[in-house]
Amino acid sequence: MSNQACVQVDHVTFQYEEGADKVLKDISLTVNRGEFLAILGHNGSGKSTLAKLLNGLYLPGEGRVVVCGMDTSDENETWNIRQKAGMIFQNPDNQIVATVVREDVAFGLENMGVPHDEMVRRIDAALEAVHMSERAESAPHMLSGGQKQRVAIAGVLAMEPEIIIADESTAMLDPQGRAEVLEVMHRLNREKGMTVIWITHYMEEAADADRIIVISDGTIALEGTPREVFSQVGTMRTLHLDVPHMAALADSLRKDGVPLPEGILTVEEMTQEVCKLLCPSN
Amino acid sequence: MLNNITLGQYYPVDSPIHRLDPRMKIILTLLMIVGVFICQNFSGYILILLFTVAASRLSHVPFKVMMKGLKPLRFILVFTFLLNLFFSTGTELFHVGPVVITREGLRQAIHYSLRLVFLVISTSLMTLTTSPIALSDGLEQLFSPLKVFHFPAHELAMMMSIALRFIPTLMEETDKIMKAQKARGADFESGNLLARAKAMVPLLVPLFVSSFRRAGDLAMAMESRCYHGGEHRTRLRVLKITGNDWLALGIMILLLVLIVLLNIFVPKGLIL
Amino acid sequence: MSIELKHVSYVYSAGSAFERRALNDICLTIEDGEYVALCGHTGCGKSTLVQHLNGLLQPTEGQVLVDGKDINAEGVDRKRLRQKVGLVFQYPEYQLFEETVEKDIAFGPRNMGLPEKEIHERVRRAMDHVHMSYEKYAQSSPFDLSGGQMRRVAIAGVLAMEPSVLVLDEPTAGLDPRGRDRILRIIQELHEEKNVTIIMVSHSMDDVARLASRMIVMMDGTIAASGPCREVFQKRDLLEQAGLGVPAAVKLCLKLREQGLQLPEDLYTAEELHDHLLKLFKEKGGLKGC
Repeated sequence: MSNQACVQVDHVTFQYEEGADKVLKDISLTVNRGEFLAILGHNGSGKSTLAKLLNGLYLPGEGRVVVCGMDTSDENETWNIRQKAGMIFQNPDNQIVATVVREDVAFGLENMGVPHDEMVRRIDAALEAVHMSERAESAPHMLSGGQKQRVAIAGVLAMEPEIIIADESTAMLDPQGRAEVLEVMHRLNREKGMTVIWITHYMEEAADADRIIVISDGTIALEGTPREVFSQVGTMRTLHLDVPHMAALADSLRKDGVPLPEGILTVEEMTQEVCKLLCPSN
Repeated sequence: MLNNITLGQYYPVDSPIHRLDPRMKIILTLLMIVGVFICQNFSGYILILLFTVAASRLSHVPFKVMMKGLKPLRFILVFTFLLNLFFSTGTELFHVGPVVITREGLRQAIHYSLRLVFLVISTSLMTLTTSPIALSDGLEQLFSPLKVFHFPAHELAMMMSIALRFIPTLMEETDKIMKAQKARGADFESGNLLARAKAMVPLLVPLFVSSFRRAGDLAMAMESRCYHGGEHRTRLRVLKITGNDWLALGIMILLLVLIVLLNIFVPKGLIL
Repeated sequence: MSIELKHVSYVYSAGSAFERRALNDICLTIEDGEYVALCGHTGCGKSTLVQHLNGLLQPTEGQVLVDGKDINAEGVDRKRLRQKVGLVFQYPEYQLFEETVEKDIAFGPRNMGLPEKEIHERVRRAMDHVHMSYEKYAQSSPFDLSGGQMRRVAIAGVLAMEPSVLVLDEPTAGLDPRGRDRILRIIQELHEEKNVTIIMVSHSMDDVARLASRMIVMMDGTIAASGPCREVFQKRDLLEQAGLGVPAAVKLCLKLREQGLQLPEDLYTAEELHDHLLKLFKEKGGLKGC
């Protein structure tokens, strides 16, 4: 995996209307090829707006966004950019176009003008990759939320993108559906080297990311590995975001004088550290 | 739970009729309508009846289901029959008080009623054996030559397909909003017509708001999957005219020819 | 006000090919002033169950008793029942319809046929409960508010009927941590200050551990477990089977016990665990400056 940048956001400012509040303020970031990047932020922080700038659904007011070497404001490249940077959205019901699963997966390919036989091959592969082959002939309204989102992922995957942007794609799902969708994205990232930009307000979904960017009020408030970001318990709280339960517990114990080290995130790590201090064998 | 709704009239079984190309089925239905209209002669109707029975047997759609299409029309049927029966002039057959029943009147009444029945049956035979989505595909392709005249064939088909996709979703939503308003004491059942229409406001407003939101979301999702109209699009579902389609067309043409021949060679009054 | 379900079963589309038994012989009592969490994964029947509590669905078999009276008996005033048992659906903001926040919240009380003055007072009180300033928001359009605010207005719409039992189906679904905490605080206040009985459907075991006094676990249309949270959280296998898991604090306790640390059986919230660990550290004398 090379560390080549595949998305570059360069001093971007965005507002919905002339004179309205700026949703994004002079934001700059780079997404590396093959990376799993989580973008965390509360509602209204600007994270969804940022997502829509990444495949040219919105165009920056100032600055520029470059995806796989193409500037999103170049109208000739719009369709190429959207093919390279696929996007899945929040509401699973509102992004499925067709009345049958496999035909929905075909939708993007039909738009791109992919020949029929090639289309069939890609649909089968995409459904296989999200473990939905068995439901290929189902009607979308018979599927669970998690399954619908997996169909949406397959629809994007069939277009053979380099980047998948998930814009709060688990917000409307139950815990099982959320786990399913997140698992699929991590697997695509691991096995196919897919670059994933995962936008969420659920801290636990960012825990396994390679890198986290926390957005607040249209700017980048924190950036780093999950361990670096979640150690900042106080800052995260002022940004109205959660931290992992164990990080919070360790933090509150530390404040009461218990000498626990920084950077505890998981139950296993916590067990280990508490044991060092308390367990009978030590 | 609205999982069990079936859309339109489509009767999902497998049969030679179901397998026909939707475009051909549309053409066949149109030809059948022409046949029913040009038929001047009772013997022609017998031929059409035989053909319809054969086709419906071949379609594996139960006779009962087939007849369902006639049910909403029963009043119009009776009305047509009586209107023609009572208000035609010609040779008197018999009379009941001041009402005179003429030979021409009876003939006309039977003629128009049969015409109506066969029209309904032949179109339902198409809608029963063709899924709405296949139908919209067929229409899109049949009308695509009209694109030269800026006829939006693709757009109409896309609209129809999206409508079909969202009907179950919106029905589920309607059910939910209705229950939510009932939980706030709303009453959708009692009161006069005006009161009931007014009671629909708390249901319709949220439904509209949500439909617009869905439409906005969907437009964005479609755009991000490179949708830019019907130009240069390929299709997953490719319609293919097969031998059976040509055979069906052949039979239909034969039927039309026979109807015309009967019109010419069998004198009008022979049967009835 | 108490609610009792006696052998309740519910079958969807009975007699058709799509027949499905969503509830199977449910027996359940909810006492006045309880805070009950209803848990289970999607399709376990919990949404069907809550719709029985105010008569939106009638059981195929069995009885639902509110204050000892069968709510589905002849001549029972359902409208009055629905005032007493308030039901907040999932994503309730999608049911808003009026031009102003005030009118929307007044919809319930108006359907009850209350005098204008009383309606107005109730709207004020309800807005107060959900932390929305009457002066600031009463005349705004509900559609101009943020998602979290819209949800609070929708909840106020149910509160304005001043129910003594409030049933909420996943009231925090889709909200960010700030919105979630706010809704949970509102529910907590209603329970503590107004003594409203709360029945809350929730997927978050950590929220349940922190808030509810009793939890009911549903599986395949039946009640798999019911009891005080500290008891139910001991049944790890059952919770796993129901697709639920346990709070992070319970997981930590388990791991620590495996390592030989003595911990009481009934620790299940982060606060309790924090206090207990702190006590142990102090006993060990490992704290600087104490």
